Amino acid sequence: MAGWLHRFTDSDIWWSFKSSPMTVAATVVTFLIIAISFLSPILAPHTPFDPATLSLSDGLKPPVLISSDGDWTFPLGTDDQGRDILSSIMYGTRLSLVVGFASVVVAMFIGITLGLVSGYFGGTIDAVIMRIADVQLTFPAILVALLIDGIVRTVISVKRHDEIALFVIVGAIGLSFWVQYARTVRGSVMVEKNKEYVQAARVIGLPPVLIMVRHVLPNVTGPVLVIATINLGLAIITEATLSFLGVGLPSTEPSLGTLIRLGNEVLQSGDWWITVFPGVTLAALVLAVNLLGDWLRDALNPKLR
Amino acid sequence: MHFNLRHSLAMTALACATLSVAPAVEAKTFKWANSGDVSSMDPYARQETFLLTFNSNIYDPLIRRDKDLKLEPALATKWGQSDPTTWFFDIRPNVKFHDGTPLTADDIVFSLNRANGPGSNMGSNFVSVKEIKKVGDNRVEVTTKYPDPLLADKWAAIGMMSKAWAEKNNAVNSADMTKNEENFATRNAMGTGPFMLKERKAGERTVLVPNPNWWDKPVHNLTEVIFTPVANPATRVAALKAGDIDMTYEVPPADTESLKKEANVKVLEGPETRVVFLGFDQERPELLESNVKGKNPFKDKKVREAIHRSVDVDAIKRTVMRGQSFPTNLMVAPGINGYTKDLDKRPALLKPEEAKKMLADAGYPNGFEVGMDCPNDRYVNDEKICQAVVAMLARIGVKVNLRAQTRNLYFAKILRKADLSPGETSFYMLGWSPAQTYDVHNVFEALIQTPNKTTKKGQFNAGGYSNPALDKLADAMEQETDKAKRDAMIKDATKLYVDDFAYIPLHQQAVVWAARKNIDLVQLADNSFPLRFVNVK
Amino acid sequence: MLAFILRRILQSIAVLLAVGLVAFSLFRYVGDPINAMVGQDTTMEQREELRQKLGLNDPAPIQFAKFIANAARGNFGLSYRTSEPVGRMILERMPATLELSFCAALFALFVGVPMGVYTGLYPRHWTSRLLQAISLIGISLPTFLIGILLILIFAVSLHWLPSFGRGQTVQIGWWTTNFLTVKGLQALILPSITLGLFQLTLLMRLVRSEMLEVMRADYIKFARARGLTNRAINFGHALKNTLVPVITVTGLQLGALIAFAIVTETVFAWPGVGQLFIQSVQFSDIPVMAAYLLLIGLLFVLINLTVDLLYFAVDPRLRGGGLARAGGH
Repeated sequence: MAGWLHRFTDSDIWWSFKSSPMTVAATVVTFLIIAISFLSPILAPHTPFDPATLSLSDGLKPPVLISSDGDWTFPLGTDDQGRDILSSIMYGTRLSLVVGFASVVVAMFIGITLGLVSGYFGGTIDAVIMRIADVQLTFPAILVALLIDGIVRTVISVKRHDEIALFVIVGAIGLSFWVQYARTVRGSVMVEKNKEYVQAARVIGLPPVLIMVRHVLPNVTGPVLVIATINLGLAIITEATLSFLGVGLPSTEPSLGTLIRLGNEVLQSGDWWITVFPGVTLAALVLAVNLLGDWLRDALNPKLR
Repeated sequence: MHFNLRHSLAMTALACATLSVAPAVEAKTFKWANSGDVSSMDPYARQETFLLTFNSNIYDPLIRRDKDLKLEPALATKWGQSDPTTWFFDIRPNVKFHDGTPLTADDIVFSLNRANGPGSNMGSNFVSVKEIKKVGDNRVEVTTKYPDPLLADKWAAIGMMSKAWAEKNNAVNSADMTKNEENFATRNAMGTGPFMLKERKAGERTVLVPNPNWWDKPVHNLTEVIFTPVANPATRVAALKAGDIDMTYEVPPADTESLKKEANVKVLEGPETRVVFLGFDQERPELLESNVKGKNPFKDKKVREAIHRSVDVDAIKRTVMRGQSFPTNLMVAPGINGYTKDLDKRPALLKPEEAKKMLADAGYPNGFEVGMDCPNDRYVNDEKICQAVVAMLARIGVKVNLRAQTRNLYFAKILRKADLSPGETSFYMLGWSPAQTYDVHNVFEALIQTPNKTTKKGQFNAGGYSNPALDKLADAMEQETDKAKRDAMIKDATKLYVDDFAYIPLHQQAVVWAARKNIDLVQLADNSFPLRFVNVK
Repeated sequence: MLAFILRRILQSIAVLLAVGLVAFSLFRYVGDPINAMVGQDTTMEQREELRQKLGLNDPAPIQFAKFIANAARGNFGLSYRTSEPVGRMILERMPATLELSFCAALFALFVGVPMGVYTGLYPRHWTSRLLQAISLIGISLPTFLIGILLILIFAVSLHWLPSFGRGQTVQIGWWTTNFLTVKGLQALILPSITLGLFQLTLLMRLVRSEMLEVMRADYIKFARARGLTNRAINFGHALKNTLVPVITVTGLQLGALIAFAIVTETVFAWPGVGQLFIQSVQFSDIPVMAAYLLLIGLLFVLINLTVDLLYFAVDPRLRGGGLARAGGH
């Protein structure tokens, strides 16, 4: 373990990480936000997702540091439902991160699988998968989500629609991002599969699945990781946009994006804190994740070393 | 030198001012916006306030409503009932359509038949009508199947169209959705109204210019009107602040206060005649979405009372509605005939413990769970109101699972079906205004009477509230012509549904419009906006 | 060669049919269009009658077949909401969306590419890092918020630019354009920036990483050894080699721009097809939604096809590859 750590701190990657203060800062911010939001049930002063704890008489309180009308129980103020903004942000960030991570995992799974299959087998399978990718590209995330929302409403007979809204959003965003992974993986596979070691593995009779997972996959981890980082930010933003178009998560349990959408409606009313704090949090989170992704891409790119 | 410079500067400024003011006096362009577009230029295309009020600028009705919503002569100079089943309308002479052709009794008969014909959405105003015919050059007579004292009120929303124009352009009927061809009247218009249609680009802009030959003396001073739909409320408010529009209809409550602080903007607010309320499923033996099995808690008056008296409408007014609502305990608003002021008192709010005890007495010591349906784009802050109600009921142990959705999905789900089977909901929100008749009977008939397939009563009574005594009173008031007797019936019936906690009336939402300071306009309580009262200073 | 093109065209048609099926069969269920077509107090019987007449009670495959048959003839029926012909509604709004997307693409290209070149050439300079951080705003805040903030700053506070709409347009045939009037051009600025910001970030990052790689390539080192000026190397060799992926991405993103215009058009009340689409979703206006999706599908397929054929023309190696791929293993 210690040796492993030592090898890591000696590596090029660690050196490149250390020598970029911006990346260090981005890492700290990312992990801080992730940690705080996932600990929100412990850390948050209120539970804004539980209607029984809300009282309209607490509604529209300004942040404490700005106005003497503020209330220390609600340090960043409250919205018109009497929800504590700070707690809403913490819970909302957690929800946004869950949406982001989950949809990236969905996209990665679909994309890598189809990319491997497409690249390794080629031929008709490849043509079909790539045409499906074309169709997929035809529908950007927003349209896919509107479509999936449409089906789900029919199939689930709208009974518990809010409860499955999360899965709908994750599925929709995941589905709209897989093409990038598939194309990247397919490209790598096509290059790798003609190399001698893969040919050799084939000759000694290793099954294709094993060849792909053991020999081809490790070669694409870098680019896939980079796409994943960038997609994480994108997924969180997409969820916010979907909320603006009316197919986001329910406003009783708002994500960071939903909070901003709700705040957007009262942006000009003078109650700026309802929008600004969630907006700043979202921007900080996505910015940090993207900076991390940028650094990772440069660091993992062998041509740039 | 110093003095001279200042002097000459002042002179130049003065010259500029005169120069720039001079043309401004000529052109009085009025630009305004709304969240959605007028869906058609055909005045019978849809029975909705916005379309009717917009198209009434182009199409005059027989009888119009004045600033106080009282009837006044328009294309009919005189009207009345010659016997209980016969109405007459005397047509104003020397009125010309926008193309210069004269208005005749034939046009009136044609328009009324068109409004009652295929493709038209105005049919419900003609249920009592047997025949519409021309009697002499300037008189139209209408015979009804039964005495209909409210006919003139209903027809105040129906504009009159040129017969010759419609025939020439193959628009004798309103657009028929089932035939796959466009109707000329959807994008063009030919009426006698104060304004003429100059340009129509659906979803983009609609331009009107004044009718120089209008029969009435204009009180407006406009030379051009440009209407633009702007869907995003934040953009609409920003456009008004920036001066890109002169007026916006439907201001979000949250922006009312900040607009009041703007130097160049004024806010107009008043109660709307629509009452927004919550309803219960009181019909099914077991609720569709609840953890209570084998019985329906909402059939129990005690439960309805506990919930009714736990909904704090004043708190909703203060935060969610930002002061832009008028809490009520009745299903009709002031200004509607039959509003009973002395019954419009909400019972005292219960403390959570009191409400919990009431629920315990009814057999629900641990409360219960129920699904709630709410629209999210129909009434002002509809979803937020429902959320607030969820929080209020959570405190008395009633766990409400809220589902908010867009209006089409929403109404398809909660309204009664074609065979009048109950809507698929347990607890829901609805708004209602008796906008055709301005009379309380419409509310009883549509919302409160027991749903009945043969009499067609109670079609919008989604939860199936039923009280035979009230049914009898409502039927009686329909035929009653003696005002004192009728008022007594209304009062008795009102008391019945109030005491039954049949519905939870919440409030009339405020009609909030905002305009630039240099605009004079009149705000009507039914949220209609006639351009003929607008002045640009 | 001909066989390859023919096959791709056939594939494109299949793709389009799939898009049509998806669009139609799903949106058929978004809501009950009858509620959008009639007033609240229309009786239940009238509603049912209308539903029957419109064929909404027919089985879905029959409705789809009717739809495709009509669509192939350019007839998309009447909008449930406005009773206007859908084909014309879309045609009237197409110029607004195309002009907006075009300007957004130009903005992304002419700001994004130079920024990418600069940050790629001087990756360690602080201005590069600043530019990179600023460009990330384009993907760190949701478009609708950026749009409304731009309106608040440039329209409400500064009064420089109009807050919404197309301003003044000039009609040329059926096409309406913003490009011929000052007011029209002013109206284009804020929406184009809002829409283009995301693509700008994308392009800048792409160009930057391409430049970083290219600058380390051997031929650049040779060029340097030959004593060429920095200017000649940067623009003559390096940038030229990054342009191929840039053009590909821009082409593909043009389609994405048109789809993403939904949000921008909603914020700026821009009378384009995106706004039409979102209105149609709210009103369950199926004919419009289906036509829009088919149109977007058509655009993407055309762009993809063009890109493929371009590659084919440009890169002779692909010809062999393309055929081999088709032949299978």
